[in-house]
Amino acid sequence: MQKLSFIAKRLVKAVFVLLAIVVLNFFLIRAAPGDPAQVMAGEAGAADEIFIAQLREQFGLDRPLHEQLLIYVGGIVTLDMGYSYRQQQPVADLIFDRLPATLILTGTAFVISILLGVLLGALAAARVGKWTDSLITVVALVFYATPLFWIALMAILLFSVQLGWLPGFGMESVGAGYSGFQRVLDVLQHLVLPATTLGLFFMAIYARLTRASMLEVMDMDFVKTARAKGLPPGRITRVHVLRNAILPVITLAGIQAGQLVGGAVLTETVFAWPGIGRLMFDALLQRDYNLLLGVFFVSSAMVILFNLVTDVVYTLVDPRIELK
Amino acid sequence: MSKAAMGDAPLLQVEDLSISLPPGAERPLAVEKISFELARNEILCVVGESGSGKSMSANAIMGLLPRPHVHPVAGAIRFEGRDLLQLSEVELRDLRGSRIGMIFQEPMTALNPLMRIGEQISEVFDAHGLLTKRERKARVVELLREVGLPDPETLGESYPFRLSGGQRQRVMIAMALALEPAILIADEPTTALDVTTQAQILQLIKSLQERHHMAVMFITHDFGVVAEIADRVAVMQFGKIVEMGPARKVLNDPQHDYTRRLIAAVPHFEPPDRRSLEGPPLLSVKSLEKTYVTERGLFTAGRRVPAAQAVSFDIKKGETLGLVGESGSGKSTVGRCIVRLLESDSGEIRFGEIDLARLKGRALRPHRRHVQMIFQDPYASLNPRSKVGTIVAEGPMAHGTDRATAMARAAELLRLVGLDATAAERFPHEFSGGQRQRIGIARALALDPELLVADEPVSALDVSVQAQVLELLAEIKQRLQLSMLFITHDLRVAAQICDNIAVMKLGRIVEYGPTRRVFKDPQHSYTRELLSAVPGRHWSIPEVSVEAERQAVRS
Repeated sequence: MQKLSFIAKRLVKAVFVLLAIVVLNFFLIRAAPGDPAQVMAGEAGAADEIFIAQLREQFGLDRPLHEQLLIYVGGIVTLDMGYSYRQQQPVADLIFDRLPATLILTGTAFVISILLGVLLGALAAARVGKWTDSLITVVALVFYATPLFWIALMAILLFSVQLGWLPGFGMESVGAGYSGFQRVLDVLQHLVLPATTLGLFFMAIYARLTRASMLEVMDMDFVKTARAKGLPPGRITRVHVLRNAILPVITLAGIQAGQLVGGAVLTETVFAWPGIGRLMFDALLQRDYNLLLGVFFVSSAMVILFNLVTDVVYTLVDPRIELK
Repeated sequence: MSKAAMGDAPLLQVEDLSISLPPGAERPLAVEKISFELARNEILCVVGESGSGKSMSANAIMGLLPRPHVHPVAGAIRFEGRDLLQLSEVELRDLRGSRIGMIFQEPMTALNPLMRIGEQISEVFDAHGLLTKRERKARVVELLREVGLPDPETLGESYPFRLSGGQRQRVMIAMALALEPAILIADEPTTALDVTTQAQILQLIKSLQERHHMAVMFITHDFGVVAEIADRVAVMQFGKIVEMGPARKVLNDPQHDYTRRLIAAVPHFEPPDRRSLEGPPLLSVKSLEKTYVTERGLFTAGRRVPAAQAVSFDIKKGETLGLVGESGSGKSTVGRCIVRLLESDSGEIRFGEIDLARLKGRALRPHRRHVQMIFQDPYASLNPRSKVGTIVAEGPMAHGTDRATAMARAAELLRLVGLDATAAERFPHEFSGGQRQRIGIARALALDPELLVADEPVSALDVSVQAQVLELLAEIKQRLQLSMLFITHDLRVAAQICDNIAVMKLGRIVEYGPTRRVFKDPQHSYTRELLSAVPGRHWSIPEVSVEAERQAVRS
């Protein structure tokens, strides 16, 4: 009951935060140089004053800023994210069309990075000072320090171009016309490289965090208590050390989860993955204000949502934390 | 000792045990060739100062040394026909918890915070493959009841953070007793507890030991505790047992010089007669109030903790007022309000003509020098990046003294507190705890204060160092005609150095008067409770002659 009322209160707060973000984004984007009407007119090959003025009027860009804001916020409140001048489609349609592709990619990367990261970190901590530990620590450092796009390019070069093992482009084989299970398999094949690449960076962070956190917990008094009880080392690591060491990992997972929508721009671009990231990238180049604001809106909603989820997960894992 | 004399054969024999320390440590061996026996039905107290190797010996018996850096290199630990040092990890694991149980110093951190109390106790059965699930549950409740915890059914379902320190230590004891071990090793089990809780836990350990005919190895630094529960005593110094014998003998007729020095350093419980001080008060605190308020958030309720309520007292020139009480009584809050590290809610802090409570910001700053503070933790209260000279000179420089004068004065003060001239050029980590506390005192004196507020200044120190620091404080107070507010939980220390005593409980002063009167004729029931909880209060410390080896223990 207390938990539910907490969540309700937080959701109410979240609505206000979201509105503030919407307003802020609205102004930020208009403060950026570049005029969408000019860009569109230019691309249409008719950059004369009258055409531009027409475009402005058509999209409401000629009205005063505060009026534009009111119209936009009014739309958002009714979950109408506006219309993309550029793509001639409602923003919501465009986003929800691309959302599944992004979620498949980022979700897989999320799972890979947590599982592998925690596993490697725990292994390194258990073998601290031995060569396994050194290897894991160095590998984690390399992935942590290397730019994502470079790893992506190298992965394509090696596994796709040289070895020909995995597709390095798109989400499905173009024109293959697979359906059912075959289609799933095809998507999975396409998923391996981008998801792994995207997951590596966070995996490295999880591994380092888990290692450090476990080493810290291993030194704590209650671990000694557990040993004094005569518990075997495996059980001490699992039940006493890992559960306590995982707390900071949850915080980081919450941050990563918040980026599920907006955090894959680079990867999607390199792998030509048809997700939100590419949509956002294109919208940015084309000064597609409404689409860009729409993507921002959805990804900030995601961040806020996962902050809340993290807090709730915390209370499930740590009895000391109470929701008030 | 009488029980041991009744013919109980030794249960555990430690023979010529040596434990190595990693290279680069202050000495090559943590423990050097120690031998002792532990019999059924006895409590052996192993007593010594920090670094004496007493905890190492205990951990060696449990096979819990922090290997590979620290490990036994020679000797044997014989128990039930086997040498524990020769056992494999798996064999040792069998013994841990079942034949030998252990409890630790810090009950607050010794339990897994994410696991229910009951589960943690029942893990002991699990580790040794005993009892069915239902039997375990019943046994847990039984154990919790045996160690005197209220409502054991509900308590077993709670998480550790809901329990007080004393309750957690009871849980630890229940856990250690779960499989009826032959030996209980207790490593400073009451050091982190308040005095009244300590008395209860000591009594519990004693009664359980008698009921279960256990052998208890009790590690402590506190001779009061030794006097309270020991049958036999082993005194350790620098990894060696320097004296061992029946408790009555060691306590009342110590033979080794180190034991004599330790016992001579224990403050007597009996307060000396003191002349009453005349003259007007230097500091007069009237109706001081301070309540900690957690702000009400947009959706969260606020919390109010009254830490000082209607606190009033006077301190005359040259007087030491002791503010005593248990943790959470508000004594530190009062101290911090007077130094103006905390803002009081209302009341007066009258210092001569001025009311310190009313001054703020720029107006307060020149007056801060009148009242200076000495902190409890000598490790955390000195900036590790500053040289000692700078630390001491910083205050005067902030008040406008030029650097050269301030540094010269700092050197002088460091000499006054017994440190040599090179101290000013060194960093805090190069000093021991006692030396750091001397630096803290020099720092407080640098501004020529008239009143020192000392918040538990010796409670982090070993007993011999504690005695030296107290002596230094007394000497300086005398020489500079200072007054002092001495905040402490240690009634023995209070008895020896305070002219007057104010006893605090839950933010209120419940008793206030001359030390001797308060100790001899306590009026408030809480004062009586506190006094009767002081360990070893019936032990009259013998007047032992200590040979002129003072320099050797100089902190």
